[in-house]
Amino acid sequence: MSSLQSYLLLSALLFSIGLAGALTRRNAILVLIGIELMLNAANLNFIAFWRFGPTPSRLTGIMFAIFSISVAAAEAAVGLGIILAAYRHSRTTDLDQMNSLKG
Amino acid sequence: MTVSFLILAILTVAGTAAAMGLRNAVHCVLALTVGFAGVAALYLQLGAQFVGFTQIMVYVGAVAILAVFAIMMTHTPTPVQLPAYSPHWFWGGIVAAAVFAVLAWAIRSGTASAQALPPQPDINVQQIGDALMHRYVLPLEIMGLLLTAALIGAVVIAMDRKEEPK
Repeated sequence: MSSLQSYLLLSALLFSIGLAGALTRRNAILVLIGIELMLNAANLNFIAFWRFGPTPSRLTGIMFAIFSISVAAAEAAVGLGIILAAYRHSRTTDLDQMNSLKG
Repeated sequence: MTVSFLILAILTVAGTAAAMGLRNAVHCVLALTVGFAGVAALYLQLGAQFVGFTQIMVYVGAVAILAVFAIMMTHTPTPVQLPAYSPHWFWGGIVAAAVFAVLAWAIRSGTASAQALPPQPDINVQQIGDALMHRYVLPLEIMGLLLTAALIGAVVIAMDRKEEPK
């Protein structure tokens, strides 16, 4: 097994762990963290393909990863803000108890 | 596959699996910082120093702290311990395992197997700054706009509005 494959397998495993967390946890904040883990797995793929690609001096994978990290940071800030607003409204972060759209 | 990769991979997977599996939410975020630091060390191992330190600053420094703050602000002591997992956790695990199986099959049967590790590219921060200021200046400006909008939007959404008198 080549080392690019091992990085890709690790990234797939990280993605699956994040997906399992996002699908099974009841706390909304932990679901958001699961989504962050999936984004991290994608970043690891970008960097691995950049490193093993034909022209690493063109910095394409690094740029992709930097912009992807920025988007993930913005997403985390807005997501946690939405969770706080929902908590103020329904006094819970348990997703199984947030079952009405109309307050 | 080297020994350092194996150690970092085990550390990363153990940290993230604990982050998604533990019951106490604060413990989950602490385990998550270990996982994020492991991913940052993998970036350093691949020769992407700038991305590795960005990962440490953004994820370990900002996102994890933000998550801890959110968990502490939304902590409600309940007389009955609520279950940490959804009642359909079994199917969620099955779906995640199936996704991993498909991805692993695609990776194993793909054509990426013959790649040898190319020589370490000589990348420094000055080259990254040059690229950001010349070739990627428009994405950089758009990212600045997006971050500003996200900052203002997060504050507006999370702000505690008093009801206006009618």
